[in-house]
Amino acid sequence: MAGGLLTGLVVFVLASFIGFEVINKVPPTLHTPLMSGANAISGIAVVGALLISGPQNWSLTVILGLVAIVLATINVVGGFLVTDRMLEMFKKKEAKV
Amino acid sequence: MITLTGLDTGIELSYLVAASLFILGLKKLGSPATARRGNIYAAVGMLVAVVATLVNQEVLNYQMILVGVVIGSVIGAITARSVAMTAMPQMVGIFNGLGGAASALIAVGEFFRLLNAGAFISFDATLIAVLGVFIGGLTLTGSLVAFAKLQGILPGMPVKYPLQQPLNLAILVGFVVGSVYLIVHPQSLPVFLGLVGASLLLGVLFVIPIGGADMPVVISLLNSLSGLAASAAGFILVNNVLIVSGALVGASGLILTQIMCKAMNRSLPSVLFGAFGGGGGAAASGGGSGADYDKTVRSLEAEEGAMMLGYAKSVVIVPGYGMAVAQAQHSIRELADQLESLGVEVRYAIHPVAGRMPGHMNVLLAEANVPYNQLYDMDDINPEFDRTDVALVVGANDVVNPAARDASDSPIYGMPILEVDRAKHTIIIKRSLSTGFAGIDNELFYKNNTAMLFGSAKDIVAQLVSEVKQLD
Repeated sequence: MAGGLLTGLVVFVLASFIGFEVINKVPPTLHTPLMSGANAISGIAVVGALLISGPQNWSLTVILGLVAIVLATINVVGGFLVTDRMLEMFKKKEAKV
Repeated sequence: MITLTGLDTGIELSYLVAASLFILGLKKLGSPATARRGNIYAAVGMLVAVVATLVNQEVLNYQMILVGVVIGSVIGAITARSVAMTAMPQMVGIFNGLGGAASALIAVGEFFRLLNAGAFISFDATLIAVLGVFIGGLTLTGSLVAFAKLQGILPGMPVKYPLQQPLNLAILVGFVVGSVYLIVHPQSLPVFLGLVGASLLLGVLFVIPIGGADMPVVISLLNSLSGLAASAAGFILVNNVLIVSGALVGASGLILTQIMCKAMNRSLPSVLFGAFGGGGGAAASGGGSGADYDKTVRSLEAEEGAMMLGYAKSVVIVPGYGMAVAQAQHSIRELADQLESLGVEVRYAIHPVAGRMPGHMNVLLAEANVPYNQLYDMDDINPEFDRTDVALVVGANDVVNPAARDASDSPIYGMPILEVDRAKHTIIIKRSLSTGFAGIDNELFYKNNTAMLFGSAKDIVAQLVSEVKQLD
């Protein structure tokens, strides 16, 4: 196994543990916003899409990368905005109580 | 040690900042007081990561990238603004799919680049590309099917056909064999394309037999997979921010999946492979406990129902998917307001898997401005039903079925329920006597202290509101 893969694996496993620790015990009210917020974060694929569509010469890879940019950006922008919209409703209601 | 240029160091440090902002953001998303700020932290993290990537000297294709980002942002913003809160499960569903698709495209694109470069493709590179294609492709088509089911394009009931599981298994085995072949012969383009096709097919076949009420589990699982797909893309590009962010999302989706499974007392494999509703077991059990009660149903008029509610001391409202379908949350809020003005104590009981995604009911009631402190989780409200005059069930069925508690032969036996049958009276608003998603008869409908109000949740609740007004 090459060093790059191994380092990646270490990072992946440690990050998973952090994820489990940080997210445990979220109240049910926040399940939907948590999910759509996490969903927006998974749009981080946009970074990968930017990298593979970087070269100026057209190639199949660049075209696939550009399509990926559009899809991931929808995921990121839409995900964060809709989460904010939901949480705004939650807030309004708490202020009223 | 590889020496990095100043610019590269800056980019890597920015990625570290982005990853830290994601972790802080997720942490803050877990508490009502800080959730909104948490979401903003995560969004800022994303901006940092994107800007850092753009200064990478290998990224030169600025015009086209800008076009892509603008198109994506406009579509994303319009969707986020216009989507109805009742359609949130579909929206999250389709977004999971987009994330998975982007990651799969990265895997495919990077593999093509290696192939065209004519260089030696290492064992590692092929293995990761195959993983990325598998997870990403599965997430894409699985999410599309989930979306179609939630949107009503495909039937919500489980779709079953003979040899379903053996067929899925055969394709999966085929995929593994193809992967091994590709790792040995990385230049084999047809095999690679075959693997792409098999991943897309498996996504469809995995989700199509899963029915509507199991959607909270499926959506959570696809959420987790969309994260893992991003991680896989990170392995392909040797990019830590992708690996970390993907792992965080993978973990959060998995936690929600576990919570949902627990709330239904089912294991993940049984949700994925043991579709409810078509089996003989479900049909038989309805009759099994049928001897204990004579099947007479007390049907009620809105006027009578309004009197029961208006003269009660305490009312607990139990919303279900029927409320979401009928968009009845605003009328319910109005009814609750009317009742409170008559001095009735009104509370809401939320089952963890009510609706089609985790926390679905909470979002809808929040949209209707129902105060947060009136919402009760299952464990908090169940001891209260003994002291409740009227439990009003709006479009919920399996989550209030006493068979889950009493009938050990029932397929849903062991699933925690909201014990509305312990209230002095139970009023159920429902379209018909039809069985719930699980295909199981609900003996609650036939109990002496249960009354049915037949009709669409929205119409019935509106009638109740106007009748309660006249009680004043």
